[in-house]
Amino acid sequence: MTIAQIIFLIVAAGTLASAVIVVTTPNLVHAALWLVSTLFGVAVVFALLNAGFLAVVQVVVYIGAIAILFIFAVMLTRREQRDFGQQMNRFWWLGALVAVATFAGLAAMLQSWSGLSGAAAADLPIGFDSVGALGDALISPQAFVLPFEVASVLLLAALVGAVYVAFNRK
Amino acid sequence: MNLWNDPVHVIADWLGGLLGGLGMPPAVATVLLALLGIVILASALMVLDIFLVWVERKVVARFQDRLGPNRVGPYGLIQPFADIIKLIIKEDITPDGADKPVFNLAPLLSLMSVLILWAIIPLAPLVLGVDLNVSLLYLVAAGAIGTLSIIMAGWASNNKYALIGAYRQVAVLVSFEIPMITTLLIPTVLSGSMGLKAITESQGIWYVVLSPLGAFIFLTAAIAELGRTPFDMNEAESEIVAGFHIEYTGMKFGLFYAGELLHAFTFGGFLAILFFGGYRLFGLENLGPAVAAAILLAKAMIGYWVIMWIKYTLMRIRIDHMLTFNWKFLTPLAFTLLMVTALVNALLRDSGTGVYVAGMFFSNVLLGWIALEIARRHARSARDKHERTGPVLETVRRQA
Repeated sequence: MTIAQIIFLIVAAGTLASAVIVVTTPNLVHAALWLVSTLFGVAVVFALLNAGFLAVVQVVVYIGAIAILFIFAVMLTRREQRDFGQQMNRFWWLGALVAVATFAGLAAMLQSWSGLSGAAAADLPIGFDSVGALGDALISPQAFVLPFEVASVLLLAALVGAVYVAFNRK
Repeated sequence: MNLWNDPVHVIADWLGGLLGGLGMPPAVATVLLALLGIVILASALMVLDIFLVWVERKVVARFQDRLGPNRVGPYGLIQPFADIIKLIIKEDITPDGADKPVFNLAPLLSLMSVLILWAIIPLAPLVLGVDLNVSLLYLVAAGAIGTLSIIMAGWASNNKYALIGAYRQVAVLVSFEIPMITTLLIPTVLSGSMGLKAITESQGIWYVVLSPLGAFIFLTAAIAELGRTPFDMNEAESEIVAGFHIEYTGMKFGLFYAGELLHAFTFGGFLAILFFGGYRLFGLENLGPAVAAAILLAKAMIGYWVIMWIKYTLMRIRIDHMLTFNWKFLTPLAFTLLMVTALVNALLRDSGTGVYVAGMFFSNVLLGWIALEIARRHARSARDKHERTGPVLETVRRQA
């Protein structure tokens, strides 16, 4: 077992454990903080896969924006966020069923994927500019320029909408 | 490759050989050496931090026409150690109703979010933690963890002042992050890279000459992210006592304080790397890594001094003014500047250096002048309106 594999196992175990705590802890702010820990674990996995850009974006977007917004919204609610009621309702088996079915579907899909059974992908050559390649792909007509532009227009529309909603008419 | 030009790798190779000779597998030795590097860098920064306490106290004293610490040791140099002993032997109080694990974790995260920034800072051409090709995004990500630590401190303290401080910090950070990221893109456009080493290497002409406005916006946004005066909403002593760290005592407060000073110094370093040539200074950096590192640290210290100068000269801005300043002035200006920079860069890149530099510089000056003119007209019309309606009416109207 290589060092990278040991690090991966530790990080994966930590990520999964924090993900479980997110749904089991009764304290909402603690749940949000464990969610941060989970997202950070995912970022570390990205970094282990040589996807530095995705790792950093994961931290910026998910921890820096989304998780902080979560915590902010939770803090605006009552001080005592503990829910002393039951954490499960009577449809818990339905949720479990959906979760198991999703896991089975993903597992079946991964079984047929060649990357799982075949040899490990070769390491990227030293000095390979993955960010540059990603940028080229995003604006190249042969690659992803259309989805990229559609997403941009969508975000712009959301931005305009937000400004319109917040606009204070005199 | 010799000890003088590339000390880090030579020492690492030597130690790796030594550990290999002792029968340690090379993979384990690599991890051990990486850990050793982290410990050395972090420790060096903490020692530097002790010195920064002295610098900060001396400089603020000079700004306030005092002498500052001068009793313990020559020029008061031993004073920080006396401060540390005081902080360590103070009673460590955890307030009633505090969320203990979160309360204890917050100061650690706060200091950590600053220390991890040094992993990407190129001290010399070959002395750097990692030459990340997304360094600038990494800087923003580390800032997100810093904000998280402040929210955690504010929430876990079970104190209303602390919570208000945390709210304010989030409001400030979420808004000033936008002009900051936008100005970070200016060195990226100019150098064609997001790596700090490539940005440093490409600064034959300092980027402050090519984009003075960018340097100014970056400095403003950096001070806002640091939470220093005039943007110290999160701890505003006269309003919310000490904000998010009101309940912290002893060394936990010390960690916040150390983090704040080192953060300011680090942003001085980033200002130096992004706009003032990093470790380069008229070829002096070729003398050796020690000289290059000294140049960078000296530039960072000057940046830190400028941040202190602003902190101890200006007064705090009211929070609504500050957010208005950001959303209605700084953000549009930063976006326009980015577009103008990209455009001028694309148009003039192939013409001579003189034309290129002059075009860049004067487009910045022109844009800055237009922005100030718009702001001035807006302020004048607001003032005229204020005079017509009168201050009382204005307040009544706003409340209605």
